[in-house]
Amino acid sequence: METRNARFGFVLFVVYSVLYGGFVFLNAFAADVMEMTPIAGVNLAILYGFGLIIAALILALVYGLLCKKEPAEQEVEK
Amino acid sequence: MIYEPSFVAVAVFFLFVGITLGLSFYLGSKAKSSRGYFAAHGQIPWFVNGVAFAGDYLSAASFLGICGMIAFYGYDGFLYSIGYLAGWIVALFIIAEPMKRLGKFTFADALDSKFQSRGIRLAAGISTLAVSIFYLIPQMVGAGVLVQPLLGFPHWAGVLLVGTTVIIIVVTAGMVSTTWVQFLKGSLLVIFSAVLTLMILGRGFETGDGGADGHAFRTLGPFDPQNLEAELSHAGGLSNAKVLPADGPWQATNFVRTTDDDTNAVTVWTVAEQEDGNVLLSEAQSLTKRPDGIILVNGELKGTEKGEPELRPIGHVSRLPGNVERTGPLGPLSFFSTLQESEVVLWGNQKIDETDGSVTTVYFQKPTPGHRILRPGEHPRFKGIRSDKLRDKLNFLSLMLALFCGTASLPHILIRYYTVKDASSARKSTIVGIASIGFFYVLTLYMGLGAMTSGALDVTNSNMAAPLLARSMSEWLFAVISAIAFTTVLGTVSGLILASAGAVVHDLMSSVMGIKLTDHEKVRSAKIASIVVGAIAIVLGILFKELNVSYLVGWAFSVAASANLPSLVMFLFWKGVTRQGIIAAVVVGMTSSLAWILLSADTFTKVYGLSADQAIVPFSQPGIVTIPLGFLTLIAVSLMTKGHAANES
Repeated sequence: METRNARFGFVLFVVYSVLYGGFVFLNAFAADVMEMTPIAGVNLAILYGFGLIIAALILALVYGLLCKKEPAEQEVEK
Repeated sequence: MIYEPSFVAVAVFFLFVGITLGLSFYLGSKAKSSRGYFAAHGQIPWFVNGVAFAGDYLSAASFLGICGMIAFYGYDGFLYSIGYLAGWIVALFIIAEPMKRLGKFTFADALDSKFQSRGIRLAAGISTLAVSIFYLIPQMVGAGVLVQPLLGFPHWAGVLLVGTTVIIIVVTAGMVSTTWVQFLKGSLLVIFSAVLTLMILGRGFETGDGGADGHAFRTLGPFDPQNLEAELSHAGGLSNAKVLPADGPWQATNFVRTTDDDTNAVTVWTVAEQEDGNVLLSEAQSLTKRPDGIILVNGELKGTEKGEPELRPIGHVSRLPGNVERTGPLGPLSFFSTLQESEVVLWGNQKIDETDGSVTTVYFQKPTPGHRILRPGEHPRFKGIRSDKLRDKLNFLSLMLALFCGTASLPHILIRYYTVKDASSARKSTIVGIASIGFFYVLTLYMGLGAMTSGALDVTNSNMAAPLLARSMSEWLFAVISAIAFTTVLGTVSGLILASAGAVVHDLMSSVMGIKLTDHEKVRSAKIASIVVGAIAIVLGILFKELNVSYLVGWAFSVAASANLPSLVMFLFWKGVTRQGIIAAVVVGMTSSLAWILLSADTFTKVYGLSADQAIVPFSQPGIVTIPLGFLTLIAVSLMTKGHAANES
């Protein structure tokens, strides 16, 4: 992994994969858990699903902010 | 269901198409060079490109297919929303920047930037064409499905209309106009979906006995099954009812048919046995296709105008918490918690092959508690998650993997990295894309469930759920949303045709066949290629019209993920990659996923018309097998050929 940007990307990718993987495996192997309603009468399936979408956006913004600090590398690569 | 073309809808529709074409001609003057044609000179502002990602990506499958699936089955359609969006994480964190640094116009460019190999160009070019065409078919089918009720045209006319409009767009200005069309479409889709969602929340839920046309679906009984005809006449209020004998294929079903002496109408009822042996009859609907081509609805000739026999619109809530009749406006969370405690009447269908060669489809009510609607695993494709056997779960796991890996591998998404100035813009535009797409997918859950309870659904066609929902709210909104849905198809199809034209000219003609073209000639060849690919898409869209749209898109994702992703990822991150490794990975990934699909149960039943038991592969989605296979092939072949590479240099 050559650049810092690429490393950030990889770490954030792993984080998201764990979240996504958790969702997929819960659905496949413990589907009843998804019917529980922990917050405001809304079930886990919907909360986790929305959570994944929001997490994608948050991680994307984090990535954008982290990468902003590396303008020098972009000059070098050009 | 009889669709009356709405004048407003037609007017708005042609206005949208007109504006789109006008934009295209205006911008056409700016794209004379191949850099302009394929990559918009690299000058598209990052925000515009980001929203254009959304416009490109949110195709008929997302808007119509997902909302339709949620409307008929509940939560499961949302799994596609989650999977489709998650794929963007792979695109952003792994692919975006390295890709931008590498190539000029196409995916094959990126792969080949180290090796300058004809073999790579050939493999990648063919892969691009194959995936693009698989992705094109459902878009064209979707266009026909949309236009039919909107404008009253037959299916093939809708396909022809889309195909021709897109060809004009792509030929006149290439990537510049395609981008702006997609930007326009992306913004409108997100904005109007938000409006529709606010209206759904504002309307809340109300209970009913049937759909928006006011017809109440009856539930009669309890009756003694031995004495059905007599009891129906007296207690059931059907004074002239005769029960038809359950002969032939009807014997094995739990339906009973009654006729009325006065009309020819045949009403089908679902028989529900109670504990004391008595039965309840709940009203169903039936559609019969006779071998001579005549279509009957509930036993009578299908009408062509309102008031004549037709299948009734469906989608009602049968019980709300606290037994209230309406809830009034709901908030974004109370929408779900209320539905959780309610009961909604969903509809199933069963095909019956009659002895005279007719095929009757019975559409029957399935009252379903809300907590089941909102949980995964209710759709037949995903039922396997509740089974004890691992094999049943594999289909679900394989699909979620293919969706996760597929986005970053789609050629028409990848080329959009080349339309911005630099890596930083590529990154920012992907972030904007994720925000728009993510927000839209959140809305699909509201729109799908809103459609489910709108009373306006066409029981035979889930693709129309979102537009029909809009129609139940407001004629204008329906017009706008239908026009947007149509331009949705225009946007995606333009991107796909451009990716294919790029593959043909840039990869296959210039690099593989070694045909030397001037820049100007390349652009002209690309335009000709666009026309040819467009024509092929039109023909295939007409031929495949019976096939389920989201099923075909799933194909495209699996092939893209198996053929493109392994070589792309390994190329970007592993030094040991060799030319032969890449070629092998692309070829093996593409052919193995295609072969798997052609041998799967889904294809056997839907395309060949054979029984699912005869299928050769154990489950239908290839991803979980063919994606790792692509990676393994690349690693194995690269390790085997690394000696050669060293000798050559």
